[in-house]
Amino acid sequence: MKKLLLQGILQRPLTEKAPAADETALADLAETVNRAAKKRLGRSLAIRQVDAGSCNGCELEIHALGNAFYDLERFGLHFVASPRHADILLVTGPVTKNMQEALKRTYAAAPDPKWVIALGDCACTGGLFAGSYAVAGGIAETVPVDLHIRGCPPHPEKILQGLLALLERQQSL
Amino acid sequence: MTKHDHSTSRETPPAGIVSTETWESICRQMAEGQYNLLSLWGDDGFVRMAVWDIDANATHIVSLDCPDGTFPSVARHHLPALRQERTIRDLFGLAPLDAPDERPWLDHGKWGVRAPLGQKLPATAPAPYVFLPVEGESLHKIPVGPVHAGIIEPGHFRFTASGETVVRLEERLGYVHKGIEQLMAGADLSHAAKLAGRVSGDSAVACQLAFARAAENARGIEAPPRAHRLRALMAEMERIANHFGDIGAICNDAAFSLMLAHCGVLRERVLRAADACFGHRLMRDVIVPGGVAADIGAKEIDILRGLLEGLQKDFSRLVQLYDNTPSLLERTVGTGVLRSKLARQYAAGGYIGRASGRDFDARRMVNYPPYGDLQFEVPVRADGDVNARVWIRILEVRQSLALIGQLLDGLPEGGISAAVPSAPASGEGFALVEGFRGDIFVWLALGKDGHVRRCHLRDPSWFQWPLLEAVIEGNIVADFPLCNKSFNCSYSGHDL
Ligand code: SF4
Repeated sequence: MKKLLLQGILQRPLTEKAPAADETALADLAETVNRAAKKRLGRSLAIRQVDAGSCNGCELEIHALGNAFYDLERFGLHFVASPRHADILLVTGPVTKNMQEALKRTYAAAPDPKWVIALGDCACTGGLFAGSYAVAGGIAETVPVDLHIRGCPPHPEKILQGLLALLERQQSL
Repeated sequence: MTKHDHSTSRETPPAGIVSTETWESICRQMAEGQYNLLSLWGDDGFVRMAVWDIDANATHIVSLDCPDGTFPSVARHHLPALRQERTIRDLFGLAPLDAPDERPWLDHGKWGVRAPLGQKLPATAPAPYVFLPVEGESLHKIPVGPVHAGIIEPGHFRFTASGETVVRLEERLGYVHKGIEQLMAGADLSHAAKLAGRVSGDSAVACQLAFARAAENARGIEAPPRAHRLRALMAEMERIANHFGDIGAICNDAAFSLMLAHCGVLRERVLRAADACFGHRLMRDVIVPGGVAADIGAKEIDILRGLLEGLQKDFSRLVQLYDNTPSLLERTVGTGVLRSKLARQYAAGGYIGRASGRDFDARRMVNYPPYGDLQFEVPVRADGDVNARVWIRILEVRQSLALIGQLLDGLPEGGISAAVPSAPASGEGFALVEGFRGDIFVWLALGKDGHVRRCHLRDPSWFQWPLLEAVIEGNIVADFPLCNKSFNCSYSGHDL
């Protein structure tokens, strides 16, 4: 373990070490998101994720945002355990009828100002599950949505871009 | 009863209709341990049951006509059938007689319709869901969910604790029920395959493999050899990606986040390679009925060999780290023990069964191509605790890495897809394949128009979720996340 820990301290982080151009772009992007968040809120952003009926694919990519390649936390963006601490609700899945009530309550529990991001094709429109007896449609049919991020699931980088777009739009209001 | 030997038979399996007596006798034999329940599901006026014949290594499918809308309860003899039986009532309105539990399961009274796949009756006001009573002195209840604290799927857990110790856990699931079986009905094969890939996102490859094999079985076609190998390649990549994620997450729930960080890197590397080679990080929609939709060339093979080399080296260091960290082992060893008897009774698939002495892996038992041509071992342990489930994953990662090497070495030239005959034809087919979480069963009936008449996809979680309730008993509340992660059941795969 010592070796691995030491390596963690001595080596440069994966994000910077990796040569690919898109990864530099990624770091820039996350930095911009952070700056926008600071400007808008005077602090970093708290995100609460809500699965309203997803297939769990979108969750996998949200998880990926936390790995060393994307390392969301180093830019001050972080996931919180309660909607009461959240600035952003990041909602996935078509809204199943069995989750609709829970989503409404979670939304009500988040303090203002708050933003809702519908993440993934299902969250945007209900995706392939639209029209089912068990599905109430996209997120916007249950709670107001500020931003839609398409993809099945969206690439982690696209999720970061989405966060940025949301903040910029809020600033210009 | 019809019998299908997987390794030889390719003909369309007729789902044999049996008498009530035969049905009940199969249930009793299942209770005695001669058969494992593979799945129990509804159809128009029928209930169907797939069992695994342990001695013969074969799947049997039987059907029971339910002209009066009832069937003799299977769970009365064999409890693992209980939740599927409750689901048949919810979805099809077919009622199990003398069932040990009359409560609904997936139907929370929110759909606006009852028996949506059966008679489509108007909804009535839902009765409050009553959790099973727990009696005793100084017990307290802890309700958790459906919205949980982490980035995780929704479900409800009702703990009854005495001090720190969990006396009883009762799960309530169904929150992410999307009505997939109904959406499948009437869909053409390619659309239905897409739906299969969205049953449980982490098992997109395995579910689509199972669906494709069932469809090929129903249409009497066989994917070409190269497609078999590419499918296996993706299936093994999916397996290691998920196992990396799980190993990291389990350790993280024991407050050892270093492992999560390192495993997260390995997982990301697999996903990036998947994206580069197959055009999608989760390799979704690549496996289609008839074969695969994307081929790989020299460049992709290089990427995958590079990936393998890196993973082999880095993973063994992580295994050492796991094994040499006493504070971590202190949490995982002896925690959440699943007894072998229960694992066998429930025919628990995947690492859960294999960590508790149940030696079953569909790749070996069904021996579908290309696994008969490949060298691999199926690791089994007897201790059944969180540590054992971590170790099974570790050993499986090693096997899968070796399999990926073999697959890359022996990739035959040739086509990647067999045409599905354009003339529509009805038929039935099924498949049992090994996903990262365990065996996935698909049964498929095609209508005369060649579209799906009915498709039933059974995620391994169906028989794993109930065991989590047993495993947590006597453990402290704080160890629940650890036990839960070591199971990593799918909510979406179960709720469908
Ligand atoms: S958008 Fe795709 S990955 Fe996300 S929940 Fe829907 S089906 Fe799953």
